[in-house]
Amino acid sequence: MEMNVNPQQAAAHQKDGLMGVVFASLEKLLNIGRANSLWPLTFGLHCCAIEMMAASASRFDLDRFGAGVFRGSPRQADLMIVAGTVSRKMAPRIKMLYDQMPAPKYVIAMGGCAMWGGPYQYDGQYAIIEGVDRIVPADVHVPGCPPRPEGLIEGLLSSA
Amino acid sequence: MINIAIQILIWAVGIIAVVTVNALALVYLERKVSAHIQCRLGPMQVGFHGLLQTVADAVKLVSKEQIIPKNADKVLFILAPILAFFPVIVLFVVMPFAPNLICRDLNIGVLYVFSFASLEVIAIFMAGWSSNNKYSLLGAMRSVAQVVSYEVPLLLAVLAVVLVIGSLKMSEVVQYQHKIWMIFLQPAAFLIFMMGGLADTNRSPFDIPEAESELIAGFHTEYSGMRFALFFLSEYSNVFLVSCIATALFLGGWYGPFVNGIHWFVIKVYALVFVMMWVRWTLPRLRPDQLMNFCWKILTPIAILNLLVTGVVLKLVH
Ligand code: SF4
Repeated sequence: MEMNVNPQQAAAHQKDGLMGVVFASLEKLLNIGRANSLWPLTFGLHCCAIEMMAASASRFDLDRFGAGVFRGSPRQADLMIVAGTVSRKMAPRIKMLYDQMPAPKYVIAMGGCAMWGGPYQYDGQYAIIEGVDRIVPADVHVPGCPPRPEGLIEGLLSSA
Repeated sequence: MINIAIQILIWAVGIIAVVTVNALALVYLERKVSAHIQCRLGPMQVGFHGLLQTVADAVKLVSKEQIIPKNADKVLFILAPILAFFPVIVLFVVMPFAPNLICRDLNIGVLYVFSFASLEVIAIFMAGWSSNNKYSLLGAMRSVAQVVSYEVPLLLAVLAVVLVIGSLKMSEVVQYQHKIWMIFLQPAAFLIFMMGGLADTNRSPFDIPEAESELIAGFHTEYSGMRFALFFLSEYSNVFLVSCIATALFLGGWYGPFVNGIHWFVIKVYALVFVMMWVRWTLPRLRPDQLMNFCWKILTPIAILNLLVTGVVLKLVH
């Protein structure tokens, strides 16, 4: 958008401050909208998924922050919570799901497994991807084995 | 002529505004109702008790990327969500909100309502077919089968009501009920109508067309951003519409204790909407074969029997 702006006009507008305000506030509005309605994709890979379910259920209630609408279709999701161990067989599917999500999209790597391989990381292991960062870019890492639901909520809020 | 044109224009703008705002409010209500039924709080952080939650959702959905799959039928794919929203707006034209708050009081009001309501299924099938995705197609096929089957008992139930009233005009339908509501004369028809309405709007326990555990998201699996939002809004507007029709046909429209007027209509409609949400969050989903059996083996015979008894009683009374 800024590419189209004539520099002279921009300079003129800089004085009355009109231009900057309009653009900045639209961006801000969009960001507020995005931050407050992060719909996660319904999928879990391993034990961490149980904590993810707990986070969306009665006691912790992700819906308080507008993130409780778990969508089955990647086309309608904004956030991918990689909850658990990423095996080599699963990796292409995760990549595909990530590619199917419409931009802007965010990824949370939840638990030690999704961060660096967790308890499965040792010399000579052959079945596990050591960290989901190797296939999709994770925005937030939530450590723990498994992290408490509070941890996930904290991660969600810091990604927002 | 110009007066009429201006009147229609004002109604059109009013209806579109009311439909959109109302659907947003219903989404919020649904999330709150579901949350409280599940012992949660629901949206709390955006605005006072999450009142602005659906506004944030709308802002996000508008700014999302719109994906059209490579192998999709592009024209139908783009047209389907618009067509899904169209009957909703058209149906509000004959809704009798209050004695002098009906846009057009057609002679064939009831007929008009049900003929346009069945357009919805075409939009759903268009969406499922054009996305070129197996889940979408399966969802759309289930939806068509379900809606077409449930339309039979639903219309038979309405037919019994129309038989009693002797008019298809929406205002006369409501005026007939100023002494006794139709639900007391035709309780079976009301129950059949509500079940058919739940099935027609693809709501749980009849929501097999978008059963998440088997079909991902049903016919709108491939839709993202604003197009998905249109489907979402049209679903909630349909819930609202079914409640409106039920209120006008069975619950005495604008009549109520003390002062008659639009407030009674609105109260009854929202009470029915709440009942539909309540049903959704307490009952599990049916299997497709159970669904069909229930329609053809139980609901349709009861509806036919109801019609027969109504006819005989009317003949004896007159
Ligand atoms: S981090 Fe721990 S709890 Fe989470 S998936 Fe890995 S092994 Fe399971």
